[in-house]
Amino acid sequence: MTDLHLAFRLPHGPRGIEIDLTLPDPGLTAIFGPSGAGKSSILRAVAGFERTGGLIRYSGETWEDGRAFTPPHRRRVGMVFQAPRLFDHLDVEGNLTYAARRAGCLNEVRPMADKFGLTPLLARKPATLSGGEAQRVALVRTLLSRPRLLLMDEPLSALDTASRAAILPLIEQLRDEAQLPILYVSHSLAEVARLATRTIALAEGRVQAQGPTAGVLSDPRAARAFGAEEPGSLIEARYAGTEPQGLCRLSLPEGQLILPALQPEPAPGEMLRLVIRARDVMVATIPPLGLSALNILPARVTALTDLDAASVDVQLTAAGTALRARLTRRSVETLKLAPGAPCHAIVKSVALARD
Amino acid sequence: MTALPDLAPLWLTLRLAALVTALLLLLGTPLAWWLARSRARLVPLIEALTALPLVLPPTVLGFYLLLAFNPQAPLGAAWVSLTGETLTFSFAGLVLASLLYSLPFTVQPLQAAFSALGPAPLETAASLGARPFDAFLTVALPLSLRGYLTAAVLTFAHTLGEFGVVLMVGGNIPGETRLISIAIYEQVERADYPAAHVLSALLVALSFAVLLALYAINRRAGRSSGRRA
Repeated sequence: MTDLHLAFRLPHGPRGIEIDLTLPDPGLTAIFGPSGAGKSSILRAVAGFERTGGLIRYSGETWEDGRAFTPPHRRRVGMVFQAPRLFDHLDVEGNLTYAARRAGCLNEVRPMADKFGLTPLLARKPATLSGGEAQRVALVRTLLSRPRLLLMDEPLSALDTASRAAILPLIEQLRDEAQLPILYVSHSLAEVARLATRTIALAEGRVQAQGPTAGVLSDPRAARAFGAEEPGSLIEARYAGTEPQGLCRLSLPEGQLILPALQPEPAPGEMLRLVIRARDVMVATIPPLGLSALNILPARVTALTDLDAASVDVQLTAAGTALRARLTRRSVETLKLAPGAPCHAIVKSVALARD
Repeated sequence: MTALPDLAPLWLTLRLAALVTALLLLLGTPLAWWLARSRARLVPLIEALTALPLVLPPTVLGFYLLLAFNPQAPLGAAWVSLTGETLTFSFAGLVLASLLYSLPFTVQPLQAAFSALGPAPLETAASLGARPFDAFLTVALPLSLRGYLTAAVLTFAHTLGEFGVVLMVGGNIPGETRLISIAIYEQVERADYPAAHVLSALLVALSFAVLLALYAINRRAGRSSGRRA
């Protein structure tokens, strides 16, 4: 058994953090929630930077159980922070060998630098690197410490769009190729939708929902974890080819979506992850006519959840896929929406979960 | 100008200052580290004690040290039984007195440097598999070099100018406790102004050179790390 078990309380914000979680090993698990939810504190506890007084076990080892405490340098947990945190007094190569020497893999420095395109940077001082370069060095340095578990604390949030686009594929590659479990903290729905195999939605120090990412993102209990970020649904669709007038077609289990053509064009049959924000979905009880929206899907209401005094989260099954709509309470009452009611979902906009 | 006066007090002073600086950097490091990083309630108390030599008149410090160094007092007696010599009116006594007298000039710059470091570099080193002492030597120390430079120069310069404490516990024994400041004082008492001039000018020039070196190095270091922003 190589799973991670966490059960602890930490002082944090008004209500503190209180979690009891078991994470099965493989793949990338996202801890998703608004800032201040306690995401980073959980990672710091796993890394051993904070003592919790609770229980932390990994792969049959006890790292913390109230009395015992394994210090961070003996956990072999790699951590990539929001800032690269390179050592300013060493050059790039010095930073990489710092990790490799302590993990006994000095001979891997050059091949790894080659693989991740760092060879031209080896003699540079961290102060002269761009944000994206520095974060790439930090990631490779962490890998050279040969961690058994990789923790990433918003590793992309301080980067510009171009650097982010360069690093995202590296993280996907790690998730898919290396047998390295990753715990990834983020407040970005797009990152979570693209990267995470499993997601833990966290708000106010409590787990709101957990499980496979698509399920969590469409779980109304996770709504509070979205915070400032728009709640939405993560759906998977198969690419079905181009359409005239600069459009393309994606097939859903029982229907299809029409989108502006994608650049670069995906391969036919490729599975794509899409995010449909709850406020981009409208609901009609009779088939709408004379509407500019391209995507009108037959749907059925599955559940209603009150969000606040004015708005309601409406869960739908549309074209065989779970969708969410955020409607006003007045609309819900006017349309007499109730679980089981047939309706039409009008999808105003679809975002590809690329970044 | 008459013949060059006896320079022995200058060499003795330099030897004392160098020895005290080396010892204080060694002993002050763990103390400053603890003060910078501990959350213990004891910290303000130890900080205040460490800073005391800054505000006390040197004669007050010297007076208490004289009492403690007395062969009848526990510390003085222990020293005599260990070494066969007294702490009062000896070079060893001067070293011990200077360690206390110059302590804040070592601890305060080091503590400031360690505090400015923050927890991030050490956490990062630990997550890369470095043990705490390893992380201190390979990360904290190199990143605190400017603090060490300041501490070394201030400690050295401060020990050079020591007078009141020496007068109380050291006296004026040539080659043993006759430091430059004592020699100048005695020359002035004897109205031997030319000799006092030579030693005083030497001390001024030396102190100025040391401080100039410190500020020049600090400025260069500041410019090169300023590029980071």
